[in-house]
Amino acid sequence: MAETADSGVKERAKWDNKAQYLLTSIGFAVGLGNVWRFPYLCQIYGGGAFLIPYLIALVFQGLPLLYLELAVGQRFRVGSIGVWKSISPLLGGVGIASMIVSFLVCIFYNTILSWVLWYFFHSFQNPLPWSQCPLNENRTGYNVECEKSTPVNYFWYRETLNISTDIETSGSMHWWLVVCLASAWCVVYICFIKGIESMGKAVYVTATFPYLVLTIFLIRATTLPGATDGLMYLFTPKWEILKNPQVWLDAATQIFFSLSVAFGGLISFSSYNPAKNNCERDAVIVGVINSATSIYASIPIFSILGFKATNVYNSCRMENILDLTNHFELAEQNITLENYDQWFDHLNSTYPDQVASLKLRPCDLQKFLDQSASGTGLAFIVFTEAVIEMPGSQVWAVLFFIMLFSLGLSSMFGNIEGILTPINDLKLLPNWIPHEVKTAIICMICFLTALLFTLSSGNYWVEVFNGYVGSVPLLIIAFFEIIGVVYVHGMKNFSDDIYFMTGSRPNIYWKACWMVISPLMLLVVFVAYVVVQAQKHPTYPTWNPNYDEFPETKVIPYPDWVFGIIILLCVVPVTSIPLVALYRLIRRVRSPDRGDLNNYCNEGFEIETQEQNNRRT
Amino acid sequence: MLYSQGEMLEKILLLFCLSSALAENLCRPDASNGYKVRLSIKRALGDEAYVWNQDEMFLFRATLAFAMRNHLSGQDFQVSNILVCDETPRVSFWFIVTSPLDATRPVGKEDVEEAIRKSRSRINSAFLLTDQTLEFIGIIPTLAAPVSPDTPPWLIVFGVVMGSVGAGIIVLLVYPVVHKRLKKDEEEEELEEEEGEEETRRVKTMENGAAGDGAHNLSFTDDERFTQM
Repeated sequence: MAETADSGVKERAKWDNKAQYLLTSIGFAVGLGNVWRFPYLCQIYGGGAFLIPYLIALVFQGLPLLYLELAVGQRFRVGSIGVWKSISPLLGGVGIASMIVSFLVCIFYNTILSWVLWYFFHSFQNPLPWSQCPLNENRTGYNVECEKSTPVNYFWYRETLNISTDIETSGSMHWWLVVCLASAWCVVYICFIKGIESMGKAVYVTATFPYLVLTIFLIRATTLPGATDGLMYLFTPKWEILKNPQVWLDAATQIFFSLSVAFGGLISFSSYNPAKNNCERDAVIVGVINSATSIYASIPIFSILGFKATNVYNSCRMENILDLTNHFELAEQNITLENYDQWFDHLNSTYPDQVASLKLRPCDLQKFLDQSASGTGLAFIVFTEAVIEMPGSQVWAVLFFIMLFSLGLSSMFGNIEGILTPINDLKLLPNWIPHEVKTAIICMICFLTALLFTLSSGNYWVEVFNGYVGSVPLLIIAFFEIIGVVYVHGMKNFSDDIYFMTGSRPNIYWKACWMVISPLMLLVVFVAYVVVQAQKHPTYPTWNPNYDEFPETKVIPYPDWVFGIIILLCVVPVTSIPLVALYRLIRRVRSPDRGDLNNYCNEGFEIETQEQNNRRT
Repeated sequence: MLYSQGEMLEKILLLFCLSSALAENLCRPDASNGYKVRLSIKRALGDEAYVWNQDEMFLFRATLAFAMRNHLSGQDFQVSNILVCDETPRVSFWFIVTSPLDATRPVGKEDVEEAIRKSRSRINSAFLLTDQTLEFIGIIPTLAAPVSPDTPPWLIVFGVVMGSVGAGIIVLLVYPVVHKRLKKDEEEEELEEEEGEEETRRVKTMENGAAGDGAHNLSFTDDERFTQM
């Protein structure tokens, strides 16, 4: 950061080179959701057919929003709060809303990263701790809870989370989770210690490493037996599913959250750019790479899921073969996987009663392929189970968890940036505090708030935050962003800004999207989302060993006070928008001669005059 | 003589037939004192599986006799005390152990179970099999105690990672402060040197006279150094 003490204005930090900026933006956009949400959506919404609504949403909603954010950040050269204040002081609340949402997302996102760290630390053992059940107290058998479910489930729910039976039972804080959370925040802090100087160097690793690991996994996974079953299952399009409106809604929300717009982080990142930079090309690059990464990641994920399903199918049949061989005292390996069906038919027709008494498990490959999972379930249960079967499990586990950690870390950078830059702009902390200490204070506050997630009910709270914080408020913020830029700032002014920055005016596609298509799509998605959510009282799955159908999760509705908190999480971030607008209106009414409200932001005024001078010359 | 030789022979023959018939009756499927054994040789050894024949069966009976001797010390169990029946192509059979003192009396189930538990690993290794591939139906194998190291390995990895991160944070925070202080010391020294040099230069300019203008260029460069501070 260059500081010229004589001019009095701190020159804004800037990227070392264009690659840093692009890698940071791509890293922010590409996150855990690309790996564990998109493949799941692809699977449940008819494989290849899902790509159609997804790409339509990308073209008409994702890319315009992305371009808009990058353009305003680069133009106004301040963080999200400053940008909206510059456009119109009445819109200042949009930036504050972004900051609050970034804060809320920060705290639960880093908790997920702390879980990834926990698994990473445990991947250096032989055998892997989630491959075996522990013994019970008197060493006569295996732990009951583990036997009824699987070792992988037991390790996740009991040894990692020590989860309670429902969200109301809070339990106590678990020291191992606190320790992992502290490590996760320390890693975030060390990357952010010098602002974008240190972060810009960290992204060289965190943004590129996941691609390397995905490629390694791609090569390994496609050579596993059963991979082709998984891939065919994923990509075989089922066209009739497109008639379901839920598919379109999910595609639109997925593209929206995947691109990480409305967090304010992208605005901050592009504000460090030089004034004349082709942000149109940047936006298209980031958007396309984000979607391409999702599709690229789903190939190894689905190969591995196919491999796992094939393994489960084969072991199911081997169990049946063993039962049949033992019961009918046939010679070993007379019944093999290949001739199982003929033998089964023969035995069933000759001795139907005896075969029925054996209670053989029905083995259906399609059913095993259908067992889909997304989110933490995919990473910590399904994938860890698949990794056990692969030769050299420790290596694959370590690689996988480092990849997840890099993906999440680069997204955390954007979230933290969405908090730090507005705080610097709002001058909430006095200037004499060095930047390192400010970052430390923010990290400490986030860490202390996130201790909530280390309780026994922590996972349930993470799901609450994950489902509701990162959805409705962002839609509202994005809607106001687009309306603010296109109608308050004015399409003509915005076109002039873009002409200044890139040298050409936006073409008809961008204009049409910004003025009509994207706000309309956002409104439709928002209304549909609220309607769908409001139709049923929200429920959540719980892990209850005393449940009759354990190991199935027991689905219970959220208690009313949690429901109230959910409403608060959706509403509180966006209340700042009307509140700030009201405040400004009252001030304007009270003192009408202070017409130039931009005087509040002196620095912005100074920089604007400098740039106006540059424009004239 | 009470019995003639012929009657003696008859009685002996009768006893012999009775005992062997009894012996055969002792060993049958679902015998109260018997156990079923199941071997899965191909599953355990794959291509190196041996063929199960009567010689292997002899080894089994001998191993079991050894196990019984090991447990009930003093009693001389022989191979003939281990009776086997109901062999199937699966390679499973029933066996029963008779007492060495009385071939008609089977040894109690608990003793047999204890004997097998004690010598389980020896029996397994005689056949190159494991607890899962050499099954005694009804005798659950004792589970191996899990190896728990003193320090959990994850704490070691955690210590390494956190140690390097912590060291990195301290270095990144302290280095600029130290660097600045070192620079300040250096510049103070330079300042003293420059002041000394300036005096000598001023003396020189006075001596050179017209060449003094050239010397002013040096002080011009000095100015730049001052503003940089």
